[in-house]
Amino acid sequence: MVNKTLATCKEAVAGVFDGATILLGGFGDPGLPGQILEALRLQGAKNLTVVHNGSGGGTHSLGGLIHDGKVRKLIASFPSNPGNMSFQEKYLKGEIELELVPQGTLAERIRAAGAGLGGFFTPTGAGTDLAAGKETRVLDGREMVFEKALHADFAFVRAYRGDRLGNLNYRMAMRNFNVPMATAAKFVVAEIDELVPVGGIDPEDVHTPGIFVDHVVEVVRHPEYLKITTEGR
Amino acid sequence: MSLTREGIAYRVASELPDGSYVNLGIGIPTLVSSFIGPNKEVFFHSENGILGMGPLAQPGHEDPDLVNAGKQYVTLLPGASVFDHPTSFSMIRGGHVDYAVLGALEVAANGDLANWRTPGEKVPGVGGAMDLAFGVRNVIVTMTHITNKGKPKILSKCTLPLTAPHCVTHIFTDMAVIDVTPEGLVLREVAPGLDPKTIQSHTEAPLRVSPNCKEMNVPANFLAAPAAR
Repeated sequence: MVNKTLATCKEAVAGVFDGATILLGGFGDPGLPGQILEALRLQGAKNLTVVHNGSGGGTHSLGGLIHDGKVRKLIASFPSNPGNMSFQEKYLKGEIELELVPQGTLAERIRAAGAGLGGFFTPTGAGTDLAAGKETRVLDGREMVFEKALHADFAFVRAYRGDRLGNLNYRMAMRNFNVPMATAAKFVVAEIDELVPVGGIDPEDVHTPGIFVDHVVEVVRHPEYLKITTEGR
Repeated sequence: MSLTREGIAYRVASELPDGSYVNLGIGIPTLVSSFIGPNKEVFFHSENGILGMGPLAQPGHEDPDLVNAGKQYVTLLPGASVFDHPTSFSMIRGGHVDYAVLGALEVAANGDLANWRTPGEKVPGVGGAMDLAFGVRNVIVTMTHITNKGKPKILSKCTLPLTAPHCVTHIFTDMAVIDVTPEGLVLREVAPGLDPKTIQSHTEAPLRVSPNCKEMNVPANFLAAPAAR
């Protein structure tokens, strides 16, 4: 019988090796696999390349991983939130590399990897600093920039419900980068709120089919995750 | 007189047609949604996967899984949908979103936009700004007409790194409404009490005055003396 469930986040990150590339889901708190991240921080792998929309906040989750000096390179669209002190400190000291990618291009590079494509041409960025050194072509009269697919060794994603087959369902704005990321890595683990029996997610509500997912791990939401701040960025 | 931040947002809101799909940036653009009024349906899009976004959540009623692009807790209106990032940016890049309302540091006479790198900024961040500027048909810029040091922001040529070339279609400031046309900038409206000559003196790029140029129709509570801005 197929059983993709893991008992702990520690098991989820056990295989992460020094120098690995990791896709990290979430946009703000929704869809961020915060407890897998904390387990990864304790696991100790270093020289990591992390792909995430932002750079985490404070000194917990991604901010904590960066604070501990475990991240060699960040591939992100918006690492500049004023609250992201860990990243800013390392970046200004030259201790972390940054590849800045427009948000839609970042999402599509990940999607392309999962879909078996080598890359794609996009109008976004043509003629700007972020297209410097990249191949361009004029298609239908418009300048387009070639962007490569972004593959990874691991993807850590966050969903709402999951089953032992790896089927995932998200609620509200949790889907964000998690859906493409779950397709684009060699090893994919989903942190979920609730493990349901097979059939417990209506087939029409499966947003990430289990074929993409190696493991699911049920967690109880950390109170930090529910902390409400309405200040925005 | 000049418009307050709310005044600029009010004026932009009255420009958005019934049934339009609109993405609002951070700052003055965020205020636009408060002024749509009950007589038209405008659908607000958020990059992180929301269409049909409602107002900010009331304290105590926040949903931890529902934030906008500025990471603020928001609500959904009836008829809303939620989706993933590739779908969200298909809406943007694919030209399905009708209007993007964005802040700007500089706009050039040819519609070039600079809004992603501030001078002296140490850590760069681009977010969805470039995708919006390249992908959305109507790019509305909202900003104060001049910097807090009194320098014009509407220029013959941008000095800061571009977000996208030739993308801005309309400029709404505290002093004026300006259209970007193939023939250059056209002054369409002026704030109450200001004349085209005054607007031009605060604008580096040359303005053509529309034959239909008129005073903006904005309620008095959205007006301020320039010094109070």
